[in-house]
Amino acid sequence: MQQDHLISATQLSRSDIEAVLDRAAAVDADPEAYSDRYDGSVLALCFFEPSTRTKLSFETAAQRLGGDTIDMGSVESSSVKKGESLADTVRVVEGYADAIVLRHPSEGSAKMASEFVDVPLVNAGDGAGQHPSQTLLDLYTIRENAGLDDITVGIMGDLKYGRTVHSLAHALTNFDVRQQFISPESLRLPRKVRYDLHEAGAQVREHTDLHEVLPELDVLYVTRIQRERFPEEREYRAVAGEYQIDNEVLAEAKSDLTVMHPLPRVDEIAPEVDDTARAKYFEQAHNGVPVRMALLDYLL
Amino acid sequence: MSDSDHELRVSKIRNGTVIDHVNAGQALNVLAILGIDGSGGESVSVGMNVPSDKLGLKDVVKVEDRELSQDEVDVLSLIAPEATINIIRDYEVIEKNRVERPTSVTGILSCPNHNCITNEDEPVDPTFDVLADGVRCIYCDTIIREDDVAEHIDVGRSGEITL
Repeated sequence: MQQDHLISATQLSRSDIEAVLDRAAAVDADPEAYSDRYDGSVLALCFFEPSTRTKLSFETAAQRLGGDTIDMGSVESSSVKKGESLADTVRVVEGYADAIVLRHPSEGSAKMASEFVDVPLVNAGDGAGQHPSQTLLDLYTIRENAGLDDITVGIMGDLKYGRTVHSLAHALTNFDVRQQFISPESLRLPRKVRYDLHEAGAQVREHTDLHEVLPELDVLYVTRIQRERFPEEREYRAVAGEYQIDNEVLAEAKSDLTVMHPLPRVDEIAPEVDDTARAKYFEQAHNGVPVRMALLDYLL
Repeated sequence: MSDSDHELRVSKIRNGTVIDHVNAGQALNVLAILGIDGSGGESVSVGMNVPSDKLGLKDVVKVEDRELSQDEVDVLSLIAPEATINIIRDYEVIEKNRVERPTSVTGILSCPNHNCITNEDEPVDPTFDVLADGVRCIYCDTIIREDDVAEHIDVGRSGEITL
């Protein structure tokens, strides 16, 4: 990978992606061989928003490479509470660490922060913007289960605010993948993402009903529809119910459908699906470690 | 309309810059983008909804005793793509240029996305890449369509462009 920072999936070429996924596969096959790659290095975790999987998997990845981590902690306990700017925070942190992982509620925050530091910076989510390291582990999971060429991927749920969706949709344009987007009208892909997909030559096919496309899908990527996106509870319940899956809904799907979810889920995938061979979302979450090990190995 | 009527509306200037063929209704936005608000002491004449063979109606802006550079005026292409820039010396047009589309603009527009980092209290100037039919924030990727660009001119900032 040629970049110093990982800010957006739009900066990743097919060869970049394949290089990281190949490295992740090598890490997965023989983790011991990578146990001292990050020896003596320190990864800073700056999370201005809550995180479980991303933060813990980056932490584990750094440790399994032989490195260490420092954690800014919650916003409440940091100098951000005193009004420190993000630009100042990352400039301070770069003096303590060899790379920075940043999650921040404002779109464009990672791009701006990267302009103030010389150490590699990874965007771990900027508001409703991008989440490219999640995309790499999503692609790894798709490749392991369905392959990355000549497949149909359905992406369902909150496509407007879902940063994992924005990153994944763009990254998939590097491959021979047909994309179907399924969401309520009010949560369809934002104009900026449709623009990028169009520029990349992808055909954007949007639906409001999963049943229209479910039988042709090889992968179904489900995301959470958040309560706060709707003015009224009643409206939310009516819409959210249309985008929940269980074994009955999946009866019309291919038997080898791969069901994914960036997690956390609330009730969009019924627990009964967990016990089926289709459920890959926990495997997907676990893939965060080898993929982020591979990513750090590339960036450092 | 006779020539003398036209003279009364927008008189000739001796030295300075005439920005002609501005889309009707955009004259004040032209001044805002150029940061001309009268505080510099220059005489400014504005003609609005002047009949034009080319545009039907057009606006004209005349700035006396100031020769605007090509870099300064190219950003006008975002709201007045047909504008022509005439440099006047001693009542004669000594140079006539079209505006060229820049590749990016910084500090002239504000991002309409309230959740964009450029709208936070951070040391960053809003910067937009120029697309074929609008502009795009380089930080949050929000696209402003050509027709909506004028609404997002940030008169409080000084700007720069990249050709």
